[in-house]
Amino acid sequence: MALSPCNNCDIEILDALTPRFDVERFGIKLVGSPRHADALLVTGSINRHVLPRFVELYKQTAKPCVVFSIGSCSLSSTMFRDTYSIIGPLDKVVRQIDPNAIIAYVPGCPPKPEAIISGVVKALGTL
Amino acid sequence: MGVLSVPYFLAVFAVTAVVGLLTSWVDRKVTARVQARVGPPWYQPFADFVKLLGKETLVPKGSRQKGFLVAPLVGLVGVALGAAVLVSGGILNGSQQGFVGDIVVFLYLLTIPSAALILGAASTGNPMASVGASREMKLLLGYELPFLIVVLTAVYKAQSSFRIGDVVAYQMDNGIFIGSISGVIGFIVAILCIQGKLGLVPFDAPEAEQELMGGVLTEYSGVPLALFKLTKAMMLSVLAVFVAVIFFGGMRFASWGILWSILKYLVPIVLVVLIRNTNPRLRIDQIMKVFWGPLTVLALIGLLLAWVGY
Repeated sequence: MALSPCNNCDIEILDALTPRFDVERFGIKLVGSPRHADALLVTGSINRHVLPRFVELYKQTAKPCVVFSIGSCSLSSTMFRDTYSIIGPLDKVVRQIDPNAIIAYVPGCPPKPEAIISGVVKALGTL
Repeated sequence: MGVLSVPYFLAVFAVTAVVGLLTSWVDRKVTARVQARVGPPWYQPFADFVKLLGKETLVPKGSRQKGFLVAPLVGLVGVALGAAVLVSGGILNGSQQGFVGDIVVFLYLLTIPSAALILGAASTGNPMASVGASREMKLLLGYELPFLIVVLTAVYKAQSSFRIGDVVAYQMDNGIFIGSISGVIGFIVAILCIQGKLGLVPFDAPEAEQELMGGVLTEYSGVPLALFKLTKAMMLSVLAVFVAVIFFGGMRFASWGILWSILKYLVPIVLVVLIRNTNPRLRIDQIMKVFWGPLTVLALIGLLLAWVGY
């Protein structure tokens, strides 16, 4: 899910889905509908404009699901944190919607595809 | 053992489910190899199934709740009954256990999963799903015509007997149907119809993940989604067995027959998977043209050749 990112993390996520990295080895697949999803990969610092969409999509996802905070922006809002439109790091926003949410963090600007895959596999291991 | 005895039905259901899930692993593994990947481990479909059973079932607002939840069950029972009829028809040993017309009953039972998919998708109230449902309906009308002609060809070659056991027994005595020209034509058409029946590329317009986000399955999650996936996997295995029955002379599980049977089972599956991986998706109007045009004509030519004696 792209919440006002600079598209750099998105491109790395797309890279991770290519045959070169073969995420199906771990049973990971790209699905078209949030109803079928187990993991939400969120990039970018959340602003007020996209928040309602994010809430809607999070509610549409079948629980238990893992929210992945991908990249420095969604972790800490980085240099945008004092901007008027930004409402803070992803984990705080998710906790407000659902206090029991499972959140995993993949830092980096942008994180490498290997890091993203490693994060997903580690999260799978803890479930 | 009769088709309608409950333990028999449950045994066939369990075996078909396990074989079906293993087959869907073959599908994923071959797909991965085609794309130069390693692919998932063999237990992945089982893991996915168990995972979906543990997930929350979301019922969308504005949907017909009972229809939405009952539809997957109807489809699953349809394919399981189809498997029971097929197995009791004597595919394993060529004996005359089935009843007259069991091949017709089997064909009708195999349309139930598609009907259930339409029912379920139409009751969600989601525009993507309703577009998917309407496409699934057209697809059903499309592939049934050539598929029925192909089955009729096999039945005609087996001296017009509508019993699965007789079709197998005739092939044991007189050579398998794939060895004749009409048999080869029928096999080609049947493989493409199976592609449509399973909703795989190039005939996956109802599920079109890129444009319809899963189409008919868009709103399904948790247990109902798991049941639909299981139905799909079972359909794949049941249809492969059916192709082995009407073209390769059935299956026998004794000494070397085991290896032959596995080969007969895997050939249609690998063909279907390779077609799915090497073709782009067709539009729904193109699909109808393909099924009602070239494929129906080809199937009719096969029927005529069988009539002439080839």
